[in-house]
Order: sequence, then structure tokens, then C-alpha cells
Amino acid sequence: MDAANYLYLSALLFTIGAVGVVVRRNAIVVFMCVELMLNAANLAFVTFSRINGDLNGQVVAFFTMVVAACEVVVGLAIIVTIYRSRRSASVDDASLLKR
Amino acid sequence: MTTSNSLVYLIALPLLGATILLLAGRRADKWGHILGTLMSASSFAVGLYQLSLMLGRSTEERPVGQKLFEWISVGSFKVDAGLLLDQLSICFVLLITGVGTLIHIYSISYMSHDKDRRRFFAYLNLFIAAMLLLVLGDSYLNLYVGWEGVGLASYLLIGFWNQKPAYATASKKAFVMNRVGDMGLSLAIMIAFATVGTVSFAGIKEQADQTSTAALTAMGIMLLVAAAGKSAQFPLQAWLGDAMAGPTPVSALIHAATMVTAGVYLITRSNFIFDAAPTAQLLVVIVGAITLLFGALIGTAKDDIKKALAASTMSQIGYMILCAGLGPVGYAFAIMHLLTHGFFKAGMFLGAGSVMHGMNDEVNMRKYGALRKFMPITFITFGLGYLAILGVPPFAGFYSKDMIIETAFNAGGIKGIILGLVTLLGAGITAFYMTRVMILTFTGKARWDEEAHPHESPLLMWIPMAILAIGSVSSGYLLSRGDALVNWLAPLFEHEEHHEELLAPIVVSAMALVMVAIGVAIAFYKYSRQEVAAVAPESVSVLTKIARQDLMQDRFNEAVIMRPGQQLTKVLVKTDKAVIDGAVRGVGRLAMNSGSALRGVQSGFVRSYAALIFVGATLLIGAIWVVVQ
Repeated sequence: MDAANYLYLSALLFTIGAVGVVVRRNAIVVFMCVELMLNAANLAFVTFSRINGDLNGQVVAFFTMVVAACEVVVGLAIIVTIYRSRRSASVDDASLLKR
Repeated sequence: MTTSNSLVYLIALPLLGATILLLAGRRADKWGHILGTLMSASSFAVGLYQLSLMLGRSTEERPVGQKLFEWISVGSFKVDAGLLLDQLSICFVLLITGVGTLIHIYSISYMSHDKDRRRFFAYLNLFIAAMLLLVLGDSYLNLYVGWEGVGLASYLLIGFWNQKPAYATASKKAFVMNRVGDMGLSLAIMIAFATVGTVSFAGIKEQADQTSTAALTAMGIMLLVAAAGKSAQFPLQAWLGDAMAGPTPVSALIHAATMVTAGVYLITRSNFIFDAAPTAQLLVVIVGAITLLFGALIGTAKDDIKKALAASTMSQIGYMILCAGLGPVGYAFAIMHLLTHGFFKAGMFLGAGSVMHGMNDEVNMRKYGALRKFMPITFITFGLGYLAILGVPPFAGFYSKDMIIETAFNAGGIKGIILGLVTLLGAGITAFYMTRVMILTFTGKARWDEEAHPHESPLLMWIPMAILAIGSVSSGYLLSRGDALVNWLAPLFEHEEHHEELLAPIVVSAMALVMVAIGVAIAFYKYSRQEVAAVAPESVSVLTKIARQDLMQDRFNEAVIMRPGQQLTKVLVKTDKAVIDGAVRGVGRLAMNSGSALRGVQSGFVRSYAALIFVGATLLIGAIWVVVQ
């Protein structure tokens, strides 16, 4: 199977994730979309690793997963804290940093 | 050249006096005037000592120099701070310190009621030091330092009573008009530097032959501008009348005997430039001729005794400038008139001060009259000065002024005839206005204010007046006996070529005396045989009205220089605000406005930030892609 198809899939997943981040209001969903984008990037790394025949891309994918796990921990903690204080998980409600 | 280590004391002593008096402040109030007088007198003593040394040497070895220190050394351009005392400088040194010391003595008494007398003496000493530096400098740059120094001292002394706004304005006017002349001098120095490469008198004199006439003419004209500013010559003459705001001893020393003659010194000192630049020389003569009539005409209409004398000073310096412009034949006579004028005009100013001293500082001559009986010494000393300025033989002015008139007649061709007639006419008008001053002040009926109690001045005041009066009587004879001064100065100037004599000296003297007699007769007819009104009559001819306003010199300056200047300044201020400030403030406003416009982007919505990041990233990747392709 042509390796390029994996790249198309990666681009598709990334786009879906990006659109989701911009469009959706719920913080949990936004978060999931971010994860989707990270994994789209992982897929691209692994594909390039395959195409080039070395392991560099796969190693980076592991790093990404570790960082993503940490990020999920911190991110979910923030979202939960915000929900507790504001009774809402909408990212638009938490727009306190304007001007 | 012979060197001497004692020249610097001429300048250092009065400078030390000024420094001590200014730094010691009120502590020196008790003895300040004595110290100032002593410093001036000791400088005079050094001058006499130098003269005795100079007389003991042969003609070629008479000039002495002293190098003080290396001042400027840039590449091939070197200027040393050096002093030069030659036959010309010594005349000035003795005039400045001699008359200066007499005026110091006079001021002790004249200023005794002024609580700032110490400051007055400090400024007088400062003036003496600066003026000596002016005449002793061995290059134009050194001269320039003294030139500015006397300008400063003159400014400080004219505005000595600057609590009166009019006096403060007068000092400012004198300073500003002098700056115009100073600019001429600095331009002349720059031209000398650019074309000749040196600014020392000796250096320029040596290379005058190889320098182009155009450069020398430009330098000459600029030097003339400088001389006109300092010596109150046309067209920079308007400050001298107002300078009479200063205390009378100042008018006598600075604005009659010494500082205002600096222009004559400058032209005489620059003889090697003017001799090689006939155009500049002709301009010098024209300026002198115009000023001598200009001053004389103003003098006829002034009721203020000091202003009448100031106008007369202007006119007499016009004679000197004219004579200096006639070349090698004239320099020595210009200096001779300068020296005799130093005596009789300083003496008359001191006399005027004495009259004012006895008349509650009244300066209006229409409120004098009949003072002969109350101030006999002042009358006699002033009268001797009067006879001297008229040129009555055997008084000083007869020798010096007649020589100028004679030289003018012999200048050759139509120029000589015009100049001769101008100087003759000037002599006649001088006789008229000086007789008018004499009659209004000393004879006729008393027209005093009620509170006036005229009395003779104290000893310290009339002794200097008496000494100056002796000078007014004898200096002309002494200086011209056996052509003493002419031979003394001759080594400094080009050898003079002999002109055809248009008129014999005896004819010139006779003509001058006839003119003087006519002037005196008219004055007697107008002021002695008729009542003098206590208030200046209004119904007078247009010419008189114009003369009373100083021949419109201030109006002319205001209309031609001041108002256009103010307009120009206004336009420049507007341009500055609109263009320069506009640009600077515009940059600031641009940053602020774009800042507040961009602030709208900071909405606080995470999603819009994310969208912007996507847009930015996309653009960046697109750009990289374009570049790589």
C-alpha cells in the first residue's frame, strides 16, 4: 500500500482536529481535538520513518505520546478546576484575559 | 624678533584684579576700588617700562614678542597664544592703561555712592585686560579673544544699572549689534585660514603677495564689517547712542577713548591686507566718510549731553576710519587722531560726568545753562577739550584733524576732492554742535530744575579731567613735532608713495579754520543770541526731526532687519512645529494608534487565539514553501 495514503489520513485527522479546536466550545471536546492533532502528527512521523527506513520518526512519536500524557493530566486538572468554580466547561466563558 | 617675558604682566595684572574683585564679593567692598586702580596703574607702569626698553633699541629690533603657550595644533595648522608689542601696540597700551587709570581714579569718587562700586571696578579691570589682549595678540585669533572680551565688558558696563529696563535693553542692543561685527571678524579669520593657511599677522603679511586679490578683498570687507560693529560705523552705528546708558566713566573709557577705536586698530593692523585690496580700501573710505557726516548730523540735534558727545565720537572715528582707508599715507594720521581724540573726548566725557554729578544726574542740556560760574574747573577742562576737537591751533585736534583733511584732499583725483570736502564739512558741523553743547551747558541763563544745586566736583574727579585737558592741549603738538609719530610707526607700513599735493597744508588749515568759524558763528547766532527753550521746540524743520531720531537708524534697522527677521523666525517656528515636531509626534502617534487598533485582537477567547495561530502557521508554511520552490 502506498505510504502516501497514511500522510493523507494524517492531514485529514489534523484538519478535523484543528477545525474542532476552533469551532467547538466545550473544553473537553477542544481537548480531545488537540489530542487528535497530536496523533495526526504522530502518524505522519511514523509514516516518514517508514518511508525513510530509519527509526527517528518512531522515537519522536514515543516522545510525543509521553508529552501528550503529561499535557492531558495538567489540562484535565485545569478544566475540572474551571468547571468547579464556574459551573461550565465552555472555553468562551473563560475569557477573562481580554484587554 | 626680540622676546620678553614681562609682556604678559600687562594683561595679567588687571585680569588678576578683576578675578579677585569678582570672587571676593562683598568682602572686597571696602578696598575693591583701590585694588582695581592699583592694578590698572601697575599695568600702565609695565607699559612705560616696555616703552623705555623699546626706545633703547634700534628700529628693527623694536617689536618684542612673547609666546605664552601652544594653543591650537591641528595638522599643519598651528596657533600659539602669543603676544606682540610693536610700535603700534605700545601706543594703544599706553592710551588704554593711561586713560584707563585716570578713569579708575575718577570713578572712585564718581561711583562712591553706588553700593556696587566694587563690581564696577571689577568690570573696568576686566575691560582693561581684554582690551590689552586685543591690541597685544600676535594673530587674528588672539585678537579675537580680546575682541570678544571687550564686547563682554562693554555689555556688562552699559547694563551696569540693569535694574532699569531701558538700560538693560541698551546693553543687549549693543551686544547684539556687536555680534554682527564679530561675525565679520570670524569670517575674515576663516577666509585667512582657508586661503593663506595661517592666521598670524606676520604669516599673512609674508604671504600677502602670493594670495589672490579676491581672497584679500573678501578678508578686507569682513574686517571692515568687524570694525564697523566695534567702532559704531555705518551701517552698524545704532548702538553707540544707547550705550550712553552706562555710567559716564564707562562712556569716557570704552565708548570714546578705547574700545570703539578697536576698529581703527584692526584696519591699521591689517594694513598688508588693505594695501593689496583696493576695493576693500575704497569701502573703508566710504564707510568712514558716511559715518563722519552721519554722526555729526545726529550731534547737532541731541539735547542729551552724553548722546551729543556719543554722536561726536562716532563722527570722529569716522575721520579715523576714512584716514586709515587712504592707505600708507593715512595710517599714522589715523592713529594720531585716535590718540588725541582719546585725550580730548575722554576729558569731555568726564566733564559731562562732572556736570551730571553736580546736577542730580540730569543729562538734558536744555536744563543746564550758566554752569561756568559754579563749575569753573569743569568749564576750563571741558573748554580745552572743546578747543581741541574743533581743531583750533595749537590744540591737539588742530594737528591730527588737519592732517586727515589734508591727506583726504591729496588722495588724488575726484575722490580726493570729494573726501576733502566731506571732511571739511564735517569739521564745520563739529564746530557747530560742540559750540552748541558749550553754550547750552556753561553759558546763558540758568534753566535748572528747582532741586538742582550745582557744585564743583571733588578733587579725585577733577584731577583726571585736568590731566586729560593737558593732554588735549599738548598731545597733538608732541606727537606731530618732527613727525614723531609718523616716523615711529613708519617701519610697520608699506613705504608710502608721494602724491601730488593738491593743496598746500597752509591752505587746508585756513579752509578748515574758516569752516570751524562758520560753525561756531551759526551756533552763537542760534543759541547765544536767542533764548533757549527749556523744552525742545516741536515746530522744527523735517531735517531736525529726522536728526533727533538719529537719522532714522533705529527705524531703518527695525523695518529692514528686525521685522523681516521676526517674520522669518515666526515662519521657522511654524515650520519647526509642523514639519519637525509633526514628524516626531507622528511616529509616536502612529505607534499608539496601531497599538490600540491591534488591542482589539486580544479578545480573551481561546478559540480566536487558536484560529490566529492556525492562520499564522499556515502563512509561515506557505511562505517557506514558496521560498523553497
